[in-house]
Amino acid sequence: MASVGYSKKVMEHFMNPRNVGVIENPDGYGKVGNPVCGDVMEIFIKVKDDIITDIKFRTFGCGSAIATSSMVTELAKGKHVDEAVKITRGDVANELDGLPAQKMHCSNLAADALHEAIKDYKSKKQTK
Amino acid sequence: MPRIYLDHASSMPVDERVFEFAKPYLISSHGNPSSLHSVGLEAKRAVEESRKKIAEFIHAENESTIIFTGNATEANNLAIKGTALRNITQGKAIVASAIEHMSVLNPMKELQKNGFSLTYLPVDSTGIIDLKKLDMILTKNTTLTSVMYANNEIGTIEPIQEISKRVHEKAMYLHVDAVAAAGRVPIDVQKDGIDLLTLSSNDLYGPSGAGVLYIKPGVKLQSVLLGGGQERGLRSGTENVFAIVGMGEAARIAQQEMQQESRRLLPIRDRLIKEILTIDQSYLTGHPTSRLPHHASFRFSYIEGESILLNMDMYDVQVSTGSACSSKTLEPSHVLLAIGLKHEEAHGSMVLTLGRSTTMDDVQIVSKATNETVQRLRKLSPMSQEWRK
Repeated sequence: MASVGYSKKVMEHFMNPRNVGVIENPDGYGKVGNPVCGDVMEIFIKVKDDIITDIKFRTFGCGSAIATSSMVTELAKGKHVDEAVKITRGDVANELDGLPAQKMHCSNLAADALHEAIKDYKSKKQTK
Repeated sequence: MPRIYLDHASSMPVDERVFEFAKPYLISSHGNPSSLHSVGLEAKRAVEESRKKIAEFIHAENESTIIFTGNATEANNLAIKGTALRNITQGKAIVASAIEHMSVLNPMKELQKNGFSLTYLPVDSTGIIDLKKLDMILTKNTTLTSVMYANNEIGTIEPIQEISKRVHEKAMYLHVDAVAAAGRVPIDVQKDGIDLLTLSSNDLYGPSGAGVLYIKPGVKLQSVLLGGGQERGLRSGTENVFAIVGMGEAARIAQQEMQQESRRLLPIRDRLIKEILTIDQSYLTGHPTSRLPHHASFRFSYIEGESILLNMDMYDVQVSTGSACSSKTLEPSHVLLAIGLKHEEAHGSMVLTLGRSTTMDDVQIVSKATNETVQRLRKLSPMSQEWRK
């Protein structure tokens, strides 16, 4: 685990985040955090036959907030929603070769945003 | 591209002249100033020479007003706990401005837990303390009031002489943390009416490991660090001779070159502010004119300071931020909250502190890097989209 500063992988995702942006009319949308705390993340998903075919995010926050958002979209893309919903905060941090200890809680909300988006997708599906 | 280091408020390089001057005290003249043999006396003489230079630097009455400590945090702790505890029979009220450094606020809070009454002195939106409130807060039981000479995060210079006048009309001692101001603006403890003053070696281009507490003759305080009785018994512990000698020489050079250096930095600083404020929704934090000459601080809406810092580092420009995410406590800067910023505004701050390596050529590179950084992070931010709608 990286204890001093950020890992190379975190910096790489911070500088070149994947899947940035907005999906118009998404099948699922999740937003977590609040601006007072300094982190806000939103995730948009497009789903076909329960497979996440497209995913985008926007994040207000520190380096790890941006990097974890980018990573979670990579991990979730192409997965079945029932698989994607199992992605944990720990998985995201591990894939980034670790996060500084004090960042593990506050800025590692990306998995939560994904779960919210999937929840939104499922509730929309039920009402259809 | 060359490195552009604009975080002098956090750490400064040691001046090469200072290093050369102090080097023997690491290697050959390595004695303990308390030893009576010739090698010890050599070290002792060098410490006393440095004490004289520091006294001259702040226009102190004499050199015995200068107490060397390990750093400015120690000096602040000594000033606050030392006077409050020693003068407890005179009263148990203490006052600090809301924008003091943690090494002032935390010892004050500890005293508060132990029965002292602590009052925070508010500041206006530019960071200047409220003199009317000061009048209302001070009582004859106020033994210590602590106001910094200038703030490290927003660069605002406080009206110390006005503050001193009010403190001494009603209360007892005025402590001034001058770490950010020393070496940038002239300090005269007698003219300014200061009872206790804190300095840091590194903030004068001296080596880390030395700080100073100036104690006006007659001011009563007790030690907070007990041991072998060095520094008149007020700061026990073997002196860091190398750092102390370096600090004295750094102060001598600062005294000589400060005016010229400030004149050189001012137009660079002003140009930098002007360029950066052309960015949409960017704001200067702190006072526009009553401001340290090497200090430029900003906030940008919709983005977060740690991201700014990391992104600027990719351009090899080193900056600082008061963002919560960059602090150990994960709390946003108390200074930015004290000047009235909302939490989400305080998150997007960037502090630039210039130094001897800074040139006018840096301005264009830094303002371009800032502009690109802000644009990139805003593109990522859900907040800025809400604003555009």
